[in-house]
Amino acid sequence: MSENILEINNLSKYFGGLAAVSDCSIKVKRGTITGIIGPNGSGKTTLFNLIAGNLKSSGGNVVFDDENITDVPSYELFSKGLLRTFQIAHEFSNLSVLENLMMVPGNQSGEKIMTALFKPSLVAQEEAVVKEKAKEVVEFLNLGHLSNELAGNLSGGQKKLLELGRTMMVDAKLVLLDEVGAGVNRTLLKDLGTAIEKLNKEKGYTFCMIEHDMDFIGRLCDPVIVMAEGSVLFEGSVEEAKKDEKVIESYLGRGSKIKDTN
Amino acid sequence: MDFVNAIILLLNYIFIPALTYGSQLALGAIFVTLIYGILRFANFATGDMMSFGTMMTILFTWYFQSLGVSLGVLPTALLAIPFGIIFMIFYMLLIDKFVFKYYRNQKSPPVQFAMVSIGVMFVTQAVVRIIIGPGDRRFFDGEKFIIKAREFKEMTGLNEGLALKSTQVITIFVTIVLVSLLFWFLNRTKTGKSMKAYSDNEDLALLSGIDPKKIVLVTWVIAGILATIGGALYGLDKSFKPFTYFNNMLPIFAAAIVGGIGNPFGAFLGGYVIAFSEILLTYAYKKFFMYILPESMEPSSLVQLLSTDYKFAVSFSILVIVLIYRPSGIFKGKVL
Amino acid sequence: MRKNLNVIAAYSIMMVLILMVGIFQSWNIALSIFNLCLISAVMTMGANIQWGYAGLINFGIMGYTALGGLAAVLISVDPVQEAWRAGGFDILMSLWLIVVMVLVIRFVLKRFEKSKIRTYSIAAIIISGILLIRFSAEPGIEAIEAVDPAKTGFLGGFGLPIIFSWIVGALFAGGLAFIVGKVALGLRADYLAIATLLISEIVIAIIKHEDWLTRGVKNVIGLKRPAPYEVDLQTTDWFIKLVEKFNSGKLSVIENLADRQAALNQLVIEGSSVFVKLCYSGLFLVVVIILLILTQKALYSPWGRMMRAIRDNEEAANAMGKNVVKQHLLIFILGSAIVGIAGAMLVTQDGLFTPGSYRPMRYTFLIWVMVIVGGSGNNFGAILGGFVVWFLWIEAAPISLFLINFFTAGIPETNALKAHLIESVPYFRFLLMGLGLLFIMRYRPKGILPEKIEIK
Ligand SMILES: Nc1ncnc2c1ncn2[C@@H]1O[C@H](COP(=O)(O)OP(=O)(O)OP(=O)(O)O)[C@@H](O)[C@H]1O
Ligand SMILES: [Mg+2]
Repeated sequence: MSENILEINNLSKYFGGLAAVSDCSIKVKRGTITGIIGPNGSGKTTLFNLIAGNLKSSGGNVVFDDENITDVPSYELFSKGLLRTFQIAHEFSNLSVLENLMMVPGNQSGEKIMTALFKPSLVAQEEAVVKEKAKEVVEFLNLGHLSNELAGNLSGGQKKLLELGRTMMVDAKLVLLDEVGAGVNRTLLKDLGTAIEKLNKEKGYTFCMIEHDMDFIGRLCDPVIVMAEGSVLFEGSVEEAKKDEKVIESYLGRGSKIKDTN
Repeated sequence: MDFVNAIILLLNYIFIPALTYGSQLALGAIFVTLIYGILRFANFATGDMMSFGTMMTILFTWYFQSLGVSLGVLPTALLAIPFGIIFMIFYMLLIDKFVFKYYRNQKSPPVQFAMVSIGVMFVTQAVVRIIIGPGDRRFFDGEKFIIKAREFKEMTGLNEGLALKSTQVITIFVTIVLVSLLFWFLNRTKTGKSMKAYSDNEDLALLSGIDPKKIVLVTWVIAGILATIGGALYGLDKSFKPFTYFNNMLPIFAAAIVGGIGNPFGAFLGGYVIAFSEILLTYAYKKFFMYILPESMEPSSLVQLLSTDYKFAVSFSILVIVLIYRPSGIFKGKVL
Repeated sequence: MRKNLNVIAAYSIMMVLILMVGIFQSWNIALSIFNLCLISAVMTMGANIQWGYAGLINFGIMGYTALGGLAAVLISVDPVQEAWRAGGFDILMSLWLIVVMVLVIRFVLKRFEKSKIRTYSIAAIIISGILLIRFSAEPGIEAIEAVDPAKTGFLGGFGLPIIFSWIVGALFAGGLAFIVGKVALGLRADYLAIATLLISEIVIAIIKHEDWLTRGVKNVIGLKRPAPYEVDLQTTDWFIKLVEKFNSGKLSVIENLADRQAALNQLVIEGSSVFVKLCYSGLFLVVVIILLILTQKALYSPWGRMMRAIRDNEEAANAMGKNVVKQHLLIFILGSAIVGIAGAMLVTQDGLFTPGSYRPMRYTFLIWVMVIVGGSGNNFGAILGGFVVWFLWIEAAPISLFLINFFTAGIPETNALKAHLIESVPYFRFLLMGLGLLFIMRYRPKGILPEKIEIK
């Protein structure tokens, strides 16, 4: 078992002539919470899409847990322990909040149609367990009062919480979080941070999170990777990143400083 | 000599018919592709809209015939087509106003548009059948042949005759003129260019001050012209039967998709790709081989790859092959 | 209870309409309509689980219906021994060749990496295989079709009770759906629609033209029935007694004994055909109820939850470990199989198989109108759609005739326009369907009984 849970080697993605990700190489150590920052359009989301099998790469490879997963479809990655959330919430709008969570666990026997139809008691047993778990997660996210609401009716921030909640339904190895914090209020954001740290420490999840909120990043992440124009510009601690000339330049143009967003 | 006979045979039974049929499909395919590119939906009423335009043309043809007006050697229908077009455009705009416009304003997904077009398909079929009936109609008059097979044989002394029907020449000629005009319009005029821009990127086009109402109007007008002429040419060359027109939708769609949907030039070529494949694969080559092979090797069977009953299989196979290997069509490249 | 009020109301109205047909037209007509409504309901349930549960467009319903019908023929007709002797061997040989070809292709696909050469060699295998198969089957086909062409001219079937074909029809249709799904699923929605439409046309072409298997446009008539025959009933004692008992009031007023006997005979003849239709109604109703229970249970199981999630957001479902492509294929097969059952039921009821009658308007687009009008995603809605639309499809002609006569009452019969309109009455059903679809899509886009999202 190598020290890195994720290795990205020279990964590229072109949209027509535009290089959204170009020759990008990143290593993520097991057990870390790695932050990814970078200006808008620097290719962060595209990078996640490539890792998670939502896009086909134009070149390079991705190794996850000592296994080459380049262009492996995303549903297979789920069972290998790689989960992701989406920047724009991808809730199942016509399912209730609880159902959104209950659909997550893999290998439910009720997901096979024959079992679902002809072995109701087995399915009911499993459902009870899954439901219990889903309720825990819902409570944790402070969405308890909305359990039976359709996910489509949630607010933007609540949807983001639900996204995070889905990754908590199963035991993951690596979770890719794409701006989970965006649109979530301050107090809840703190709880979110605590939850992420707790999952990281107690369950050994590795996190890789894209975030624009430097406070949030600063509190949780070590190391942090700065992306610009599709490739890695800087890698190190948050403090170093804030001081780094190149980073500042890429972010705000010459002569500026990264401000802590309060 | 036998070799020349073989060539004439292929010309007569494959090349000329395929070129004619291909032109008819091409006009339909451009119609489909324009609607798809600009109004952004797959129009399942395509075949029936063409049959509506053809019906109007036939009604005017009958009217002119009853007045004793004729074009001499040319079919009277040519005179009726412009009137058919006017009614066709009127009908299309009516449908757009009462049906499609609402969904356009709602920004409905393409699937919903497609479903709505099925409603239009039902209505149009009913209208056509109520007005002119479901039967087979021939409305060709004038001189039927430019070259008759017998005359050709006498003239050249060959065994094989080459027949050239006037409808074939008219079809090819009209198609060339119409398509040239269309491409000139799309590429050279301001309106044409703005249609292109609208098809490429709607939001950007709207920002740059293009009037979407005008674009939609012009699209339906062009579509009406293409549908009526394409339908009328097909009807002149073969015959008019509403059910056949409905079925023609399939090769027409195949042509549009093969050519890269949204791309009129691709659709134009796609029409010929489908027509040639269909005819090449369903032609019985026995006679051809009898000419070119020595007597001892003459085939006993028809040497037909596919029975004509399975012509849809040709469209389908091409469609599947293209969609699997080149999902954006063979003639990808610039869209519209 | 209150939630279901509109369901109950809608179904009651439908039943009243059918009863009115029974009272004002005849019970025979009413039952014919009712039976076809039930068959339509099965078809819409099939289309609904594809469209409503998964958002897949299947414009190939006609093809699956026809395959179900073919199953009815192949299961119930007695084998034609002579045809088997004449060409059975050649046919079996060709069948075997097809299997070999498929195995070879599979081997090539498994064994070699994806490359241009592989693609071309597969194309070469397919083309040469088809030529070889045609060549080897040709003499057999000719021999079979020459066997008493006026009566048989085909291989016949297995001579089993026709009711088995309802299951076999499902298998046939499901098998075709598997192949179609493998090729066409994953295409964009509108391409999928075109592709399935094309495939269904090809299926019909095959059924129409492969006479050795299906008798083609010569039709197969006189299929065995799961229900008694009218002529047998008319001579059965208990049945005559039953009719007599039912109509005792009506009969007792007739004084003359001979008249009474004649009236009874007439009633027995009418009653026998009503009775036969009732038998079919019973069978069909059982199928509809079983399917309804199963589809409802499936929809509210974890499987249904997964399907609804996939429909809502494929990308997210994929990221949550659900194999969307596989599930789409599964639901495509299930839905098509249900349509196959309906196809077999239809031929069973008609007692004949007429390949020429399969038209896309009737067997594909009409079914879509049913699904959309009834309410996609809701099984009760889909079934209701089947009832409403079929009822209108049948009653459109009399209704429009009535309307034409009503509005042109002052105009003499000889008026050309009036005569033309009356002659065109059969086509008003298309108009009605089209307008109905357009109105529903505009003003009630979720159908008469919209999908209810029930939260347990
Ligand atoms: N599907 C696509 N097709 C074409 N271009 C795309 C596509 N997805 C992303 N891009 C382009 O790739 C570039 C990188 O986009 P990406 O979404 O990865 O940025 P990002 O770093 O996540 O930005 P943000 O911080 O705003 O979320 C952008 O210029 C974007 O326009
Ligand atoms: Mg992003």
